[in-house]
Amino acid sequence: MSVAAVPARITPAAPRTARLRRVFGRSSVNVVLVVIGVLWLVPSLGLLVTSFRPAQDYFVSGWWNALIHPFVLTVENYRNILHTGNIGDALLTTAVITVPSTLLVVLIASLAAYALVFLEWRGRDWVLVLIVALMVVPLQMALLPVASLYKYLGLFATIPGVILYHVAFGLPFAIFLMRNFYTGIPRDLLEAARIDGANEWMMFRRIVLPLGKPALASLAIFEFLWVWNDLLVSLVLLGGNPHVPITVSIFNQLRQFGANIDLISTASFVSMIIPLAVFFAFQRSFVRGVLAGAVK
Amino acid sequence: MARIAFEHVSKRYSGDALAVNDLSLDISDGEFLVLVGPSGCGKTTALRCLAGLEDVTAGEIVIGDRVVNDVPPKDRDIAMVFQSYALYPHMSLFDNMAFSIRMRKRPKAEIEAKVREAARILDLENLLDRKPGALSGGQRQRVALGRAIVRDPAAFLMDEPLSNLDAKLRVQTRAQIARLHQRLGTTIVYVTHDQVEAMTMGDRIAVMRDGVLQQVGTPRDLYEAPVNLFVAGFIGSPAMNFLRGRVAVDGDTVTLGLEGIEVALSGRVAALARSRGAGSDLILGMRPEHFDAAAAETPGTVSVPATVDVVEFLGNEELIHANVAGHDVVALVPASRGVAVGDTVTLVIADSVIHAFDPDTDAVVTMSDASHPTAISSTTGNGERG
Repeated sequence: MSVAAVPARITPAAPRTARLRRVFGRSSVNVVLVVIGVLWLVPSLGLLVTSFRPAQDYFVSGWWNALIHPFVLTVENYRNILHTGNIGDALLTTAVITVPSTLLVVLIASLAAYALVFLEWRGRDWVLVLIVALMVVPLQMALLPVASLYKYLGLFATIPGVILYHVAFGLPFAIFLMRNFYTGIPRDLLEAARIDGANEWMMFRRIVLPLGKPALASLAIFEFLWVWNDLLVSLVLLGGNPHVPITVSIFNQLRQFGANIDLISTASFVSMIIPLAVFFAFQRSFVRGVLAGAVK
Repeated sequence: MARIAFEHVSKRYSGDALAVNDLSLDISDGEFLVLVGPSGCGKTTALRCLAGLEDVTAGEIVIGDRVVNDVPPKDRDIAMVFQSYALYPHMSLFDNMAFSIRMRKRPKAEIEAKVREAARILDLENLLDRKPGALSGGQRQRVALGRAIVRDPAAFLMDEPLSNLDAKLRVQTRAQIARLHQRLGTTIVYVTHDQVEAMTMGDRIAVMRDGVLQQVGTPRDLYEAPVNLFVAGFIGSPAMNFLRGRVAVDGDTVTLGLEGIEVALSGRVAALARSRGAGSDLILGMRPEHFDAAAAETPGTVSVPATVDVVEFLGNEELIHANVAGHDVVALVPASRGVAVGDTVTLVIADSVIHAFDPDTDAVVTMSDASHPTAISSTTGNGERG
């Protein structure tokens, strides 16, 4: 009894300071995070508010004025872009380019990384070196040569041509990312599966692919955002095609009408909201700890 | 169930030394064979060759009655328990255990029955929906065993399956694996670096060192008749004491000269020393548990004077660390002897349990060596001197 009483008398002070320090430490971190978050959100909020303001207001006052009395907001801009037709078509074109590009990159990269990590073959390390080297080749460098090549192959101004270009330039980084992730998967798991009777395809599909989900999700989000937001490749390689992605479409608005801000802000917001939705959809897969309990 | 044989198997990793060097080993059907040795001795490599995870450089591996050198792991009819358990982290326990039979496309009802049966044997029935991450180390270990049982293989290969468990759990699981072996009667090849595991579990033990098989035998064989210094030192805990000295023969008296002291030899060990010849070097091996302290010198014993450095009290026994002419000697004696630090005691050991080794070859010296041409032939009945 007395043994228990001694620490009881000493302990209260220590946890209290520790708790204070912890709470203070945690809250100061939270304040910094909130400040960063707000700074990050302000432009998006501005865009959102602008997209709901009448066009003429833009030239009169800043977007924040819409948040104070008399709250002059309208959905007219959205009605306009839906009815003008070409924004809808642009969104569809963007999706037609982005979705296959992302899927192809993720699929090919995960297979290639499997081969680079788990299969033994001659020249494997050299291929990896080549892939890493390709990561430093800027996308812009190949635009004109590829455009000429596409003309020769009949791929110029076609959607498959743009998809192919995005896949080709997305792959080096994608393979590198997946390879690095796969090297963290314990070899024992695959050996166990091999003894259990799985062939290479089964090991890939049943073991490596499910374990690679967090990396695949990050890769898919990265790739989706890159392709979705791309302007340059489509602008160069789709020249003359009536169906253009939303980035090109917004860019054209800018040129045709000068500061056509009501349409641009609305279309920009629409083009932004879809990647955001994709991000939140995949966010759950980011959860760590998938490997917990695999070994030991 | 099947017999397993290594026939002159060697394994060399590119450019490196031989990891397994000319291993020949016959494991009979239903036997529990333990491959034991220090890390890097080639035991795990030998097991991986058997599993088909490594190709052999030379020799043949036989499972049942077929050579399996070119048979892929899945067709060797073996199940392996990995040191890391290698459970699939994204699958439930049920799916983990069912994986191998699903790969073999067995009917659903059979899969269900087999997994439930294995879970029942291993007391995992209530955990089948959980994922490995939600289990304790001991439970994961049992799942790894369960995954092997479900296969109903010709042989189980186990690679240090207990090394990640704490001491208490290790003892429990050791008994569980032994019971499993009795129940299933399947051949088990078990790799460990822990000689206690080897001694307690194996029907036979194969001791390896630097890729070379040193000795195969029952735990008792290895304990009582080690063939060389390495096996003698590796098997037994605490380890065997070694005293190296020079043989001197003076009429009927045979002594081993250590630095500064002469130990009079008697009986069998005296005969062995005499057969080596005066002036030759000899290493005597003595197990700590065979010593007694301060007992009266009796016929058939060898006495070693020692100064006590450390005494570890173990309850009914004491572990004495003592100094014998510059050699550290460990002796396990009854606690009732009342030995204290600083005491000079006489450690007494029966000559029949002393092992003698040749310092040049590390091999054990036996009476048959006495007829060796280089040995002195004057073994005129002194072997029985009292």
